[in-house]
Amino acid sequence: MPPLPCYLLLAAMLFAIGLAAALTRRNAIIVLIGIELMLNAANLNFIAFWRYGPNPETLRGVLFVIFAIGVAAAEAAVGLALIIALHKHFKTTHVDQVDSMRG
Amino acid sequence: MTFPALTFALLAAVILSAAAAVMMFRNLVHSALVLAVALSGLAALYLQLHAQFVGFAQLLVYVGAVAILIVFAILLTRGNEPSDQVIFSPGRWVGAGIALAVFGVLARVILTSRLLAGSAPPAPAAAVKEIGQRMMERYVLPLEVMGLLLTVALIGAVVLALRERPSG
Amino acid sequence: MLAIAQPPPEGGLESGCLWLIPVLPLAAAGIGALLGRRQRRIAAGLAIGSMLLALILSCRAFVEVLHRVGQGGVARQSFNFHWLQFGDTWLTLGVVLDPLTAVMLVMVSFVGLLIFIYSVGYMAHDENFARFFCFLSLFASAMLGVVIANSLLLLFICWELVGLTSYLLIGFWYHKPSAAAAAKKAFITTRIGDLAFLLGMVWLYSRAGTLLFYDAGRGCLEWTGLPASTGIALLIFCGAVGKSGQLPLHAWLPDAMEGPTPVSALIHAATMVAAGVFLVARVYPLMGTTSLTVVTWVGALTALFAATVAVAQTDIKRILAYSTVSQLGFMMLGLGVGGVAVGMFHLLTHAFFKALLFLGAGSVIHGCHEEQDIRRMGGLRRWMPVTFATYVAGMLALSGFPLIASGFWSKDEILHAAHAWTVSSWPFYLGLMAAFLTAFYMTRQVVYVFFGKSRLARDPAIKAGQGGALPARPMVERAASEPHESPRVMLVPLMILAVFAVLLGFAGTPAWPWLRAFLEGRPASFAFGPLLEPEALWLMGLSSLVALGGIGLGYWFYGRRPPVRTDEVDALARVQPEVFTLLEKQYFVDEIYQWSVVSFHAWWARLCVQLDEWVWDFVVHLLAYAAVGLSWLNRFLDEYVVNGVFDQGCRGLTRGGAGLSHLQNGRVQRYLRVIALAAAALIWFLLWGWGAA
Repeated sequence: MPPLPCYLLLAAMLFAIGLAAALTRRNAIIVLIGIELMLNAANLNFIAFWRYGPNPETLRGVLFVIFAIGVAAAEAAVGLALIIALHKHFKTTHVDQVDSMRG
Repeated sequence: MTFPALTFALLAAVILSAAAAVMMFRNLVHSALVLAVALSGLAALYLQLHAQFVGFAQLLVYVGAVAILIVFAILLTRGNEPSDQVIFSPGRWVGAGIALAVFGVLARVILTSRLLAGSAPPAPAAAVKEIGQRMMERYVLPLEVMGLLLTVALIGAVVLALRERPSG
Repeated sequence: MLAIAQPPPEGGLESGCLWLIPVLPLAAAGIGALLGRRQRRIAAGLAIGSMLLALILSCRAFVEVLHRVGQGGVARQSFNFHWLQFGDTWLTLGVVLDPLTAVMLVMVSFVGLLIFIYSVGYMAHDENFARFFCFLSLFASAMLGVVIANSLLLLFICWELVGLTSYLLIGFWYHKPSAAAAAKKAFITTRIGDLAFLLGMVWLYSRAGTLLFYDAGRGCLEWTGLPASTGIALLIFCGAVGKSGQLPLHAWLPDAMEGPTPVSALIHAATMVAAGVFLVARVYPLMGTTSLTVVTWVGALTALFAATVAVAQTDIKRILAYSTVSQLGFMMLGLGVGGVAVGMFHLLTHAFFKALLFLGAGSVIHGCHEEQDIRRMGGLRRWMPVTFATYVAGMLALSGFPLIASGFWSKDEILHAAHAWTVSSWPFYLGLMAAFLTAFYMTRQVVYVFFGKSRLARDPAIKAGQGGALPARPMVERAASEPHESPRVMLVPLMILAVFAVLLGFAGTPAWPWLRAFLEGRPASFAFGPLLEPEALWLMGLSSLVALGGIGLGYWFYGRRPPVRTDEVDALARVQPEVFTLLEKQYFVDEIYQWSVVSFHAWWARLCVQLDEWVWDFVVHLLAYAAVGLSWLNRFLDEYVVNGVFDQGCRGLTRGGAGLSHLQNGRVQRYLRVIALAAAALIWFLLWGWGAA
């Protein structure tokens, strides 16, 4: 098996790519996708640490990830509903065009 | 190269390229589909890490539900957008730079850490039975809360996306 | 107020009930004040009833003192009580029952009762009947309070009350401007004397430490050799000068005749003016030879002065007023040369016959339908026989007709003592002169009023505005008919007084000096010896001569041919017109006062007004403007400085907030970038920290 740092590096890269997608793309859905990628990177981190860490029989990491997936799914649903509502109101999904709440 | 290392390298390549593609594609539906690819790759990686339930759960939930949901959302929010518009927001290089900075910090942490060396312990029994047992005994509260959360999210999503009634 | 901290009085019941005597008329006055104008009978009944009770109690007190003196016991009893507390010291008041108090109580209540009964008839037509009796009762209460007071303070309080009621009663017909002016004049003139009285009182208190007269050896009259007693005595005497109308504070008494005749009889003949004499008698232990000399001279000069003025007056009551002033001078003279008994004897006899004369004058005025000028009266003995008889009795008493009249005995005592005075014989001669003139002017008055033909005007138009007499008081009925005798309710008091005018004299003859002994607290003995001494006989003969001479001269001037016409020149004026005019104008005393004292006072008042307007008002306005200016400054500071600072602060906050809010550009992606950057920076910082550690 590959050593732990490999998995961690992979997770870090995935995280960075997801962050880049969230920070640079105009479309709100892509931003959400980026967030999902980040979440997945974190999940990978958890599983890796679970596998390589002490006491893997407690299944802590696994359970955490299960719940994380559940939360992520709920969050994705709500977020997409928000984007749909946003689209209905502003007729656009570009994040840089929705700026009415400013000072 | 051993078989695990090879599979890992292959899967890593798939995942990363798919993720990069998600960021780069102009067409949203393509992005969503490539996302599904990335997530499936992750699921395979979970399988390699002996977290079988998680892997299949990933496939079911993420690929089967979230990605499809994203596709639906894309379809619902299509407007009359001209396709030659810029896809990147202003200040994209700043964002890229920030992402790079974050990666840099994380990489530094990982690479300079002394704790991470060492081989993997033997594979634990992570079957459904054990997971179920844990969930019902120790983690029953998070389980119930999760149920509540999912219910709330369901109702909330429906309410949010509801067609606005024209007010009198 | 009556914090009775003393043990019950020793001796008889009377000392304990003594305070009831003035309180009963006071209660009558209080209830009377609440009555309306219609309840005349209740008002009169209350007054007369309370006075009757006071008389009964006074007689009881008198009998008790008589008893005590007869048995040779201690004649004086006092009953003191604490009144006000000043820190540690108490102000004590008290009542005293001694021979002096006893005789005065009986005199005041008896004469007062008779005058009250007389007033029922005299004031019957007046619509303010009830108010009159209320004031009369108040006066009686105050006068009785003066008499029984054992403390100079209590005496002063009642003294002032007496002055107040005198003011109220002189100005009883207040809608007459002359009456109101007379009341004011009386009050202010007596006030001048009272000021000196108060100063004397304060001085006495500071020297003696107490104002009680008799306090078991500690009273202020019981000291021997009190320092500065001459000054104190003279100041207190000033109060008596004002109240008893001595020179120079006599000017109010003639004007006080504006009041109703019963008032003149009670207050300005028998009782209030006698209060001054009583005061001197009361504080007699304080008077040394110097003070007594002053008293004597003031009395003698007043006696002669007033007697000369009375000769030339034409208003029936004014003659009697000046006569009162003159007789008060006699009383002071008596006190000065002979002591308490001599002065008090004349006071007692004078009270009766002067009251009799005034009430008789009132009867005459009433019978002549409110006419007061003697030049317009005449021959009244035909229509008013009872009045005539009693009036003659009073006139004889006043003139000092030998042996049968009380005035003879009392005046004789005074002249006897004046003759024996070691300091000077001038008062004796002045007294003789005054006695002569007294007989003279009384005869003149009786002839003018009762003898000759009636000069009474039948036509009201002629009555009004003629002569120099006082204008007649508001007439309630104008009957153009003959003068008539007064009703019985007015005549009976006259008759009773006439009896006393004769009999009272026998209480002080040299053969039986009862009053003198009584006042000194020892039983009297009857002996003809002192009467038949050559000195005494000679003096008695001299005073008889003087009295008869006066009456004779009066008869010679006026009695032989009584005046016939109203505008006829006075017989005396024919002989000495300038002197007569001087006397008639009362030596221009009022004019002198007006020119000197009154105009100075008016000038002073004007000066004070100027001072008030230009100086004090200026200061007040200055302060007011300063306050307004300060308030303007305050407002200015508040609006521009405080509010400005505050507003600036708020504006700064707003601008700061507005500025900071520009950070929010509404774009979510930027917020995300900032978070990510911050997270990276934080982790890097932590790494750096861990790395260093």
